[in-house]
Amino acid sequence: MPTPKTYKTEAIVLKHIDLGEADRIITLYTPNLGKIRAVAKGVRRAKSRLGGHVEPLTNCSLMLSRGRNLEIVSQGQIIESFLSIRNDLQRTAQALYLIELTDAFTSERVENYPVYRLLIDSLHLLSRVPNVELLFRFFELQLLEHMGYRPQLYECLNCKVPLAPVENYFSASGGGVLCPNCAHTEPLVHPLSVDALKVMRLMQRGDYSVASRLRLNSGLSLELERAIKGYVRYLLERDVKSARFLDRLKKDAAEMGVA
Amino acid sequence: MIGLNTKYGSAAEPVARLIEEFHKLPGIGPKSAARLTYHLLRVPESGARSLAEAIIAVKEKIILCSVCQNLTDNDPCVICRDSNRDQSVVCVLEEPLDILAVERTGQFKGLYHVLHGVISPMEGIGPDDLRISELLARLNDDTVKEIILATNPNLEGEATAMYLQRLISPLGIRVTSLARGLPVGGDLEYADEVTLGRAIEGRREV
Repeated sequence: MPTPKTYKTEAIVLKHIDLGEADRIITLYTPNLGKIRAVAKGVRRAKSRLGGHVEPLTNCSLMLSRGRNLEIVSQGQIIESFLSIRNDLQRTAQALYLIELTDAFTSERVENYPVYRLLIDSLHLLSRVPNVELLFRFFELQLLEHMGYRPQLYECLNCKVPLAPVENYFSASGGGVLCPNCAHTEPLVHPLSVDALKVMRLMQRGDYSVASRLRLNSGLSLELERAIKGYVRYLLERDVKSARFLDRLKKDAAEMGVA
Repeated sequence: MIGLNTKYGSAAEPVARLIEEFHKLPGIGPKSAARLTYHLLRVPESGARSLAEAIIAVKEKIILCSVCQNLTDNDPCVICRDSNRDQSVVCVLEEPLDILAVERTGQFKGLYHVLHGVISPMEGIGPDDLRISELLARLNDDTVKEIILATNPNLEGEATAMYLQRLISPLGIRVTSLARGLPVGGDLEYADEVTLGRAIEGRREV
């Protein structure tokens, strides 16, 4: 069925860039159409009726009309503005990290409802969870899962033998784990402890209510961060830019704590 | 469009070059670029020369004010040198153009500070890419009593304001931000929840 000339959709606004005098191009993630880009006309004017409804990091309901290249936003209404995230610098930076990852991994007009669900659920959780790093790792693993980059965590990438409960090796280029005997078959591998492997398997199952009960010590947390972020960096072939600002905030907070 | 892209079709080389230069400017498409070029071909040489000189002059004479980072041809700029202005209040803005907007109100008699951008984590623009250290340097003596954060009321602007507030508040300086609320001539029905919510928060006695 061809899409009608105008249609309604829910969306999460991922980002915006200025266009011309007073317009913006907004990048949306929608439940049934995947990522789409749309022109929001006049939203930079103070009196714009649309402006506040299509800010990044809002969940909104939109009326879009088909344009030649980009859709045009004709009406908009906020569903959820994530004020508790928006009013807190740390949380804003964390939310932007999730948003940047979603934007980086998805391509335009490829429907992926689980990714939409994952993003919106994670944003709702963000202002409530005590351990954001845990949510980040869960988000990363689930995003990889839904995008078709599920890391192999059960058998060795090379010899296909089920992994033994010993220290194995995580390979970003192979997209999974190698047993100690095969660790030399990929160029860059990092040791992965039994605990870390167990946590990753649990998160891969995709139930956050179970994963959220995990209590990670800082060593394990750091090990997981290195392994999963390394894999993400390998796939994207770049760093996630928002992570730099998050690190900066952490550093500033530490300095202020000392002073 | 295709003809223009392939070195602007049959246009003579200097003409094509000028079209290309205009095309680089913001908001100028290939058609406007060609129109501007052919307009300049028709004006007397003096007109073209004065345009060229004006362009060179802004590049050669305009520098950033060492105090407020605004664009100026004299350092410090006119505003920073004006002793009639209130030296104890500094209004922090994203772009030099924003100064014109605030000045037009005629309501503000203090000084300015231009950040030249906003924190935009997804673009990789962090605090070090803005003129924040220059702002902090102005707060070392006790002259400044209040900082007004007047970044744009969007995600990046608010993030920048929160970041600055965290840096400046511990120094014992009053940090305020512009009120959020309904624009004059606006319409309640179309206001978003965030704006309307803040307008209720910031309501005042009439």
